[in-house]
Amino acid sequence: MLNVRISAPESAAPGQLIEIKTLISHPMESGFRRDAVGKPIPRNILTEFVCFFDEREIFRADFFPAVAANPYLSFFTRVTASGTLTFQWTDQHGQVTREARRLTLVAGADGP
Amino acid sequence: MLYGGLARTETASGDTPRVLANPVSGYAFQAPDTQALQNDDFANPGLLWRDKGGTYWRAAPANGKPACAGCHTSDTRPIAGAAARYPQYHPGEQRVINLEQRINLCRWENQGMAPLAYESDTLLSLTTYVASLSRGQPFQIHIEGPARPFFDAGREYFYTRRGQLNLACHHCHERNVGRMLRGDRLSQGHGNAYPAYRLEWQKIGSLQRRLRFCNTGVRAEPFALGAQQYVNLEFFLAWRAATLPIETPGVRR
Repeated sequence: MLNVRISAPESAAPGQLIEIKTLISHPMESGFRRDAVGKPIPRNILTEFVCFFDEREIFRADFFPAVAANPYLSFFTRVTASGTLTFQWTDQHGQVTREARRLTLVAGADGP
Repeated sequence: MLYGGLARTETASGDTPRVLANPVSGYAFQAPDTQALQNDDFANPGLLWRDKGGTYWRAAPANGKPACAGCHTSDTRPIAGAAARYPQYHPGEQRVINLEQRINLCRWENQGMAPLAYESDTLLSLTTYVASLSRGQPFQIHIEGPARPFFDAGREYFYTRRGQLNLACHHCHERNVGRMLRGDRLSQGHGNAYPAYRLEWQKIGSLQRRLRFCNTGVRAEPFALGAQQYVNLEFFLAWRAATLPIETPGVRR
């Protein structure tokens, strides 16, 4: 089970630009390294990240062997409605790690 | 930028003389972006292990014994600040033990579970979690009484030349502090950020892993993780850091 940290506001004003940050524990083993006895260490990486707002995809990133361990992402989105943010990481074996956060629209919250 | 502070300051009370007049955390020797990563309460990757450690801390073992959090509440046996007092002499063990060993001892005695392997993800997570609860608190190390021989052994280790390069700890971490060693700026060699996330390791690691790395750096045969020699050295280092605050989880190059 991969350990995930997500930073996303619980509430936002209509039209507000919010920053979403994610961090996930993963070795991101490139497959190019060898262990102490010279045996190749098999590649083990996350290949894809997708963020959905309800059903709609709002952000996507592809990962490659050169990405460092414990990938960190930061991206922005403009809030138009209440809904659920779903974060989804997929590794090279198709194993999926999913997390969700509720986002509520609040009139008059501190906008940009 | 040279960090001095090598004057041996004698204290009026006749205590053991402090080696460093003005201890400076290894944080001060890091590049600004590494410092920023440590300061970031979200992106600091060491927090992944702290979070996981918190989960282990609250999880009750399957054998019906209490979880760590079951005994250590804020009222009974509070754990905040405890890490700043380690390494510490343990009367039952009749030796000085570090935080990792204290956690394993507690696990064995009170939870009836086998000790965790040194440098295992679970032990690193638990240690990081416990130490992070002392973040910002200064070391409080007591070296007198039965702990004294262990302190003396640690201090002797620090000043003993070793390895093919024939260097002692103090050649780098006292006499050449602030100078460059290849791509690294030599720090005073304090352990107050550990367990720390090292960018080179791409994961969190214990102070003993760092000490082994130092040993192989001077081409000396490193001791096994958990060796008493390293615990003694940790003990001396914690005392030598005087009142530097705990930074766990720190971020280092």
